Amino acid sequence: MSASWLLIVLIAISVAGYFLGRSRVMASVQGNSRQLHSLPNYYGLNVVMTTLVPALVLLIAWVLIQPMVAQNHAASMIPDDTYADQGALNLLMSDVRRIADGLDLAVKSGNMTVEQAKDIQTGTTDIRSRLGEVGVALGSDVDPAVLTAAQAYRGVTNTGRWLMTVAVLALAAAGFAWSYLRTSKDLRARNLVEHGVLALLVGAASIAILTTLGIVLSLIFNTIEFFKLYPALDFFTSLTWSPSFGGGSQLGILPLLWGTLYISLIALLVAVPIGLFAAIYLSEYASSKVRSIVKPLLEVLAGIPTIVYGLFALLTVGPLLVEIFGAGGFLGLGWMKGGTAVMTAGIVMGVMLIPFVSSLSDDIINAVPQSMRDGSYGLGATQSETIRQVILPAALPGIVGAILLAASRAIGETMIVVLGAGAAAKLSLNPFEAMTTVTAKIVSQLTGDADFASPEALVAFALGMTLFVITLGLNVFALYIVRKYREQYE
Amino acid sequence: MKDMLIEERTAMEDVKISAKDVNVWYGDTHAIKDVSVEIKDKTVTAFIGPSGCGKSTFLRCINRMNDTIDICRVEGLITLDGQDIYDPKVDPVQLRAKVGMVFQKPNPFPKSIYDNVAYGPRIHGLARNKAELDEIVENSLRRAALWNEAKDRLQSPGTGLSGGQQQRLCIARAIATEPEVLLMDEPCSALDPIATAQVEELIDELRTSYSVIIVTHSMQQAARVSQRTAFFHLGSLVEYGETDRIFTNPVDPRTEAYITGRIG
Ligand SMILES: Nc1ncnc2c1ncn2[C@@H]1O[C@H](COP(=O)(O)OP(=O)(O)O)[C@@H](O)[C@H]1O
Ligand SMILES: [Mg+2]
Repeated sequence: MSASWLLIVLIAISVAGYFLGRSRVMASVQGNSRQLHSLPNYYGLNVVMTTLVPALVLLIAWVLIQPMVAQNHAASMIPDDTYADQGALNLLMSDVRRIADGLDLAVKSGNMTVEQAKDIQTGTTDIRSRLGEVGVALGSDVDPAVLTAAQAYRGVTNTGRWLMTVAVLALAAAGFAWSYLRTSKDLRARNLVEHGVLALLVGAASIAILTTLGIVLSLIFNTIEFFKLYPALDFFTSLTWSPSFGGGSQLGILPLLWGTLYISLIALLVAVPIGLFAAIYLSEYASSKVRSIVKPLLEVLAGIPTIVYGLFALLTVGPLLVEIFGAGGFLGLGWMKGGTAVMTAGIVMGVMLIPFVSSLSDDIINAVPQSMRDGSYGLGATQSETIRQVILPAALPGIVGAILLAASRAIGETMIVVLGAGAAAKLSLNPFEAMTTVTAKIVSQLTGDADFASPEALVAFALGMTLFVITLGLNVFALYIVRKYREQYE
Repeated sequence: MKDMLIEERTAMEDVKISAKDVNVWYGDTHAIKDVSVEIKDKTVTAFIGPSGCGKSTFLRCINRMNDTIDICRVEGLITLDGQDIYDPKVDPVQLRAKVGMVFQKPNPFPKSIYDNVAYGPRIHGLARNKAELDEIVENSLRRAALWNEAKDRLQSPGTGLSGGQQQRLCIARAIATEPEVLLMDEPCSALDPIATAQVEELIDELRTSYSVIIVTHSMQQAARVSQRTAFFHLGSLVEYGETDRIFTNPVDPRTEAYITGRIG
């Protein structure tokens, strides 16, 4: 049985278990549910829990682990001398999987019998053309070792699937039997379900934490790998970024970091005043009718995918800026040579951040207690005096926190930069020049035919790690400030 | 004839605030119903009545704080020194500088003690230089009986004071703008008995220069600090008169029921 069928069967068993458990406990008290320790539903849910959860965990673990076992087994069938290194073995193994899949398909479509699929040999059959008939195209003729490995792979997979069906169903049946027999009026089903819910929540939380941890660890290990190939000191201090896959690359992060910070700075210069003023207008001046229209509109702006902003930068803002600041442009300054520039990306990124800044600031300004406003109005202050002298100072720490969060988003932004800022790593003060950022370079180092073991590719991890540390620091600092501010009014 | 004119004039001069047929609605809620009252100058007037009877609402009409509430609608005539305060010519912001307000919960700004008190004078340009401002701050804090406790920590945040000190800071802040009327909405409800006693003493002190209106839930407090008392019930002004008389010899049965603890 395939895993998805198994899942459906499991669910069916549990649904049945729910009603069986419920009716058993009701029968045990002759339908008088007041004698029960828990509500009848809890007895049903308890049966569902013990039936479904262990079986489901086993199923998931099996589905994850079986391919690895099958692959290892198949790999051991291929003689060591047929491949040079791990990369070549990986290529061979993908052939093995294709052939195994092809054989499966052939059996399914009736092109081969089960025995044929198990026994065919390269000497007697033209595997390539036989598999071609069922629509699996192979690049070359099949090596005997590879075919044997594919057959072994199929063997393990088929046996494994069969074993899995038996084991999972047995576990489900055992769980069902155990909880069903235990169901009686004194069973504390309500508490058991409570434990189950707790376990579910803890499980979800740990998955979230563990994956994050996994990502960070893989970043760290690959970064260490990179620093083995390329000196860390050069990486952090070199002023040039010129990767070349032939070797002799200069991989200094400083030009990229400079581009990142410069673009983020311009983005914040655009986003902070506009976002903040919009927030002040919305929270202090706008009537509730205006607010109910404008707030959702701003939130729509926040929902636009950044690639769309990138297009906007490339096709609209860039050319527009060239028309103003370019040679022969509106101002006749000739500062800007092409559409892609720090300014283009910065402005568009700023637009992207406006709703972010304004909605955070709006929340923070709204959190300033009404009594502050009353106090100020009561002393004969006007609205703008109240905002400037009471509300903004009171909200300032929170607003700073919001700005830092916006900054960390700006630093991590990629698509707008890829499309709007250009690809040249430069240390320049001219905002009309094309520059690039850490994120954009991570993209360019990993796309294309890079060898993932070379420093030119691994540098992406070191760049990612640096970015991660910076944004993490900013976020922690911002949250600290925001939290400190919240406490002030509690 | 001549005598009567003089008597009328003194009566007029005596009246600081006069309200005629005031009605207030919050949307469809009729919160104040046909209230007419004359508040005397240099007197402490207490507003008493059960919760929700509209004391705060009426108080907020007097400095037009209700303007800041969208759904609130005020009708009727309220005059301050004979001037209609709801006249379009009157700037509510200017009015609030003349009619100070102290709130139920102490609400010092998150600024230093000095800046809290200097807030009003700075906005209204009451001081020509730093020395004058210092003097205003010192005088206000002295009048609010906070100077001795605060003089060594003028630059520390006002929010760091105790509840009673914060409330006296708010009073100092209100009197620093040199108002003519001081509105106090349950100024002692968040305070302990000692702080309450200090604030009450202060209110008695303030009577020499201001017309003070205090909303209170405590009958004893009304009896201790006020000369006149107004009893509100369900949005109407039921009885208004000398405090002693209201407490010893109420005319309306509802007033009697309230002060003897049967309504409220
Ligand atoms: N901001 C407001 N919006 C709507 N209704 C209000 C508002 N403030 C007060 N009210 C209503 O007006 C009535 C009088 O309230 P209030 O003046 O606060 O009473 P008091 O101060 O005497 O306890 C109450 O019924 C109250 O629900
Ligand atoms: Mg009130």
